[in-house]
Amino acid sequence: MDDLEQVIRAYVAKEYLEEGDDRTIDDHTPLISGGIVDSFSMVSLKRFLERRYGIEIPDAEATPDAFDTVSRIAALVTRLRARSTAAPAS
Amino acid sequence: MAFAAPVRGHYRSELEGLRQAGLFKEERYIRSPQGADITVEFPSGAPPREVINLCANNYLGLSSHADVVRAAHEGLDCRGYGLSSVRFICGTQDLHRALEARLTAFLGTEDTLLFPSCLDANAGLFEAILGEPDVILADRLVHASIVDGMRLCKAQQDTYKHSDMAHLEEKLAEHRDKRFRLIVTDGVFSMDGDVAKLDEIVALAARYDAMVCVDDSHATGFMGRTGRGTHELKGVMGQVDLITTTLGKALGGASGGCVSGRRELVELCRQRARPYLFSNTVAPVIVAGALKVLDLLCQSTERRDRLEENARYWRRLLTEAGFDLKPGESPIVPVMLYHAKLAQDVARDLFAEGVYVVGFFFPVVPKGQARIRTQLSAAHERHHLDRAIEAFVKVGRRYDILGKSKQEIVARYGP
Repeated sequence: MDDLEQVIRAYVAKEYLEEGDDRTIDDHTPLISGGIVDSFSMVSLKRFLERRYGIEIPDAEATPDAFDTVSRIAALVTRLRARSTAAPAS
Repeated sequence: MAFAAPVRGHYRSELEGLRQAGLFKEERYIRSPQGADITVEFPSGAPPREVINLCANNYLGLSSHADVVRAAHEGLDCRGYGLSSVRFICGTQDLHRALEARLTAFLGTEDTLLFPSCLDANAGLFEAILGEPDVILADRLVHASIVDGMRLCKAQQDTYKHSDMAHLEEKLAEHRDKRFRLIVTDGVFSMDGDVAKLDEIVALAARYDAMVCVDDSHATGFMGRTGRGTHELKGVMGQVDLITTTLGKALGGASGGCVSGRRELVELCRQRARPYLFSNTVAPVIVAGALKVLDLLCQSTERRDRLEENARYWRRLLTEAGFDLKPGESPIVPVMLYHAKLAQDVARDLFAEGVYVVGFFFPVVPKGQARIRTQLSAAHERHHLDRAIEAFVKVGRRYDILGKSKQEIVARYGP
């Protein structure tokens, strides 16, 4: 099983940092409030997480607050994966 | 009572928060027609004064042109004041058909549909032509109205780094499995003034079987040798599937917008786009004025040539004075200040010196990217720009920002 935070950090750095931008993304770097990701381009991150982890992130939970740090995103993904695992088969 | 004291108190706090953060916008009251020189009352109740306007989208100086005004009067006399209808009920006059045909010819497309504004065109377009199996790939700096229009559409969405063709190509490859791919970009980006790499976008679109949509609101009328827009500038006329643009900037500055492009896509907008179906038709006075604007543009390139020269001259003046500019070739010349309050203070001081500009800050531009967006007009003459640069230099010295880098400005004033 991959390191969730590591995967998210790597994706954010590749997807959102411009060439020459040497900022370090750690688990607590403010992404939305820090201006690295805005609410519009956040859609790319959301779709990456959904595809990578086979989850659906409801719009109500895809908030700037929930996506503001790598650790919060990881917590959201973990919760949604657990929810989808726990859901009874139809 | 719904709007009780606690509710009112909540909203008052929110407004006070904007003031404290230096993010509160104040209106100025203009007591003259739009032009290079305008008469402004600011703050409210202050004696009106004449100032040089460097923040209008009046790129070709046609907002108060005598011929345009006369044509608008004729439109009022011949076709009345308002139609009291949406287009498809009883809101389409022969004038609307004529303007759509003229815009189609001007832009080099197959068909055109008018909307009350380009914001409405962007709001209605995507939902009318795309669905869940499709994807919209947008430049990250597209206009807010495109962001809103995309959110109204059920198609999937993705974004690419601003003007990064390698990143766009990655996204196109990633989305090969979708039914349709639509790349959307501004032609000239409204806050930075840079120009989309439309030739490269069109080439990528051909390779990956994607459509291309351009919002050319800050380009129609003056970008390209004969002012057709970004597609003319980049040598791809006839290869862009959709253009949205406005009549509210270079093309007279009143209001109105349009979608122009492939016949079937425009027709679908006519059948389905909600702003077209549910919002009032463009008033005859505006349509008549816009028809005259197109007459003027097709007669001569003198205005767009003068605008191009003004932009070149103004950029040189600012650069030589030591201001930090976003590079570009359009008549949008952003003076970077980074700190929201600094941008507001500089704008206020410039107004005192007789130059009307406005500070731009979050959420209009990203946090930490505040600026004064100067915009040139064909109506500006050398003496306007020479007077304006004196004011800019005087205020720039006061705030010690001349010859300073971003790091130095941020170190002094904050992010």
